Amino acid sequence: MAEIAYWEAIRRAHDEELAHDRMVIAMGEDIGVAGGTYKATSGLYQKYGADRIIDTPISENSYTGIGIGASMAGMRPIIEIMSINFALLALDTLINAAAKIRYMSGGRASCPIVMRTPGGTAHQLAAQHSARLARMFMSTPGLRVVTPRGPLDAYGMLKSAVRCNDPVIIIEHESMYNMRGEVPDTETFRPLEGAEIVRAGTDVTLIGYNYSVHLCLAAAEKLAAMGISAEVLDLRALRPIDRDTIRRSVEKTHKAVIAEEDEATVGVGAEIISVIMEECFFALDAQPVRVHAADVPVPYNRQLEKAAIPNADDVLAAALKVLGRV
Amino acid sequence: MNASDQKRLLREMIFYRRFEERTFEAYMERKIGGFLHLYSGQEAVATGVLEAARCGHDYVITGYRDHIHAIKAGAPAREVMAELYGKETGSSRGRGGSMHIFDPTVNFMGGYALVGQPFPLAAGLALACKHKGTDQIAICFLGDGANNQGTFHETLNMASLWKLPVLFVCENNLYAIGTRIDRSSAVTDQYKRVAAYNIPSSQHDGQDIDVVMASAGDAVAHVRAGRGPYFIEFMTYRQRGHSMSDSNAYRSKDEEREWLERDPLKIYGERLKKAGIVTDKDIAAMEKSVLEEIENDIVRFAEESPEPRVEDLNKYCLDDQPDPRWIGPLAQGEQHG
Ligand SMILES: Cc1ncc(C[n+]2csc(CCOP(=O)(O)OP(=O)(O)O)c2C)c(N)n1
Ligand SMILES: [Mg+2]
Repeated sequence: MAEIAYWEAIRRAHDEELAHDRMVIAMGEDIGVAGGTYKATSGLYQKYGADRIIDTPISENSYTGIGIGASMAGMRPIIEIMSINFALLALDTLINAAAKIRYMSGGRASCPIVMRTPGGTAHQLAAQHSARLARMFMSTPGLRVVTPRGPLDAYGMLKSAVRCNDPVIIIEHESMYNMRGEVPDTETFRPLEGAEIVRAGTDVTLIGYNYSVHLCLAAAEKLAAMGISAEVLDLRALRPIDRDTIRRSVEKTHKAVIAEEDEATVGVGAEIISVIMEECFFALDAQPVRVHAADVPVPYNRQLEKAAIPNADDVLAAALKVLGRV
Repeated sequence: MNASDQKRLLREMIFYRRFEERTFEAYMERKIGGFLHLYSGQEAVATGVLEAARCGHDYVITGYRDHIHAIKAGAPAREVMAELYGKETGSSRGRGGSMHIFDPTVNFMGGYALVGQPFPLAAGLALACKHKGTDQIAICFLGDGANNQGTFHETLNMASLWKLPVLFVCENNLYAIGTRIDRSSAVTDQYKRVAAYNIPSSQHDGQDIDVVMASAGDAVAHVRAGRGPYFIEFMTYRQRGHSMSDSNAYRSKDEEREWLERDPLKIYGERLKKAGIVTDKDIAAMEKSVLEEIENDIVRFAEESPEPRVEDLNKYCLDDQPDPRWIGPLAQGEQHG
């Protein structure tokens, strides 16, 4: 077991899958000669060559489409989109094609692509580099959407995504690439479905995904200091949602907070609250609370940006609210 | 090409025309729903190009006007008709319909409704061929209007840059629905538009199947030899409206008459007659056998086939037999930092 950074975990998964299967290729902007914006493919161009680590022009929709076409003919492309904001350019091939081809061909064709992209607000990158957009992908049938919160899932879920026969979107986060965590030295796969109880508790369930799990964990620490036992649940996959794990946790704690970095409207929190209503309404002791971004394009100014994006104290305040402590 | 192949090709084109006309009838009877785009008038293009390629071996992909491309590529015509009827026995199990015919068993990789979307998919299929080192190529059929999409430019650039074995076939029928080409394309000769990407290209008569076969033969040879993509433009004309609801009000009757004179079936039929390969009687016999085949085999199969079961609504959304190693479930209490 070694402690490695999130970006190193992604790099290792690439390396192992590229070595395992010649049909695996990686494609994206600056991933080859330049080694990747977040170093996630560094050194792989030298190891696997230009035919397998493909530097693409800045043509998101069409290089995604090329990956999709290649996947229909048996290849396993890992497509990197430099920022989820730019994934909007690729929505036609991704959502109109990849997500629908299996269905509209009656199961006769499939598109086993992986699309990796960081979504999240980092540090004053302003409106056009700070979108999250997870909610858009999670509402699209035919896709799998996963949100690794740390190196182990970043590594193990990418490996599973490459092997899986469905199109998988992996949403990373700019603020997590240097986050460190333990990853086994032996080859490990992490499933693409299933929420995870990251911290067990009894008084309130704090639900997060991707970066917001860390906000929940920090809030849980503070709650513990106040004598409150919070359970932290990492959704891990936004599509499909693990309804059972959510239900079991809320039936235990009777209270729920959902933390998302996205805007609230038609968002992850809205969906999770619907799940709770449908699965275990009568187990609730208080109305669930969403922690979410302000309903504005993300501002540049440091103070405004901070105000726009939720932090651990916001999760804490929401928890105290459902607990009736404010 | 010997006489029996020539006769076969003539019969094929007659078959394609009558097949499309029969779908029109079924549409009027409301047995076929949705949008229906017919290929009548353009038959020589798909027939000629795919005759010059290796069907079942090469990948073929196109837009929504796809019935005939699919059949010529090798998809059974009865399955294509059953698909239009929305039946479980259809090419896409009744889930796709007219615009989404698929038959990966013959490498026909689909019909797509989004104008221009098949460009990159075709290049991806070609990338896979190149990667595997086979002598397969990918053939992408699209209309003139598709060339106004970003995917046209993006894909031509990458296909050229990476020397992908892909043949782009532009079926220039002068219209994108009701917008004539000179009102939507600053350069009306489409083959000239690819010069910017260092891809060889040419323009030919798409109504004369001999011209199509000869020019496509050269283009296919270029691509198969590993010399990179080729863009071939065929001038053609659709005889019917864009889809069922279109009355062609934007086209002049003179223009339509002119192009009807250049009907690909007529051109080829006359040529074979002059050469003494077929007689009027032969053609009449072909017509008769085509109609019988369509009625007794193809339509009957579509009519008699079962509908998909409503219980199967959610099938085919994702892999229905996923490997638990990749999918889960996650063992409860499995924690990490
Ligand atoms: C992205 C997109 N925009 C608009 C449409 C609507 N539409 C369907 S066919 C068509 C015209 C396409 O013309 P062309 O490429 O010349 O093909 P043709 O129908 O002539 O064969 C349009 C605008 C669409 N299907 N997809
Ligand atoms: Mg057209």
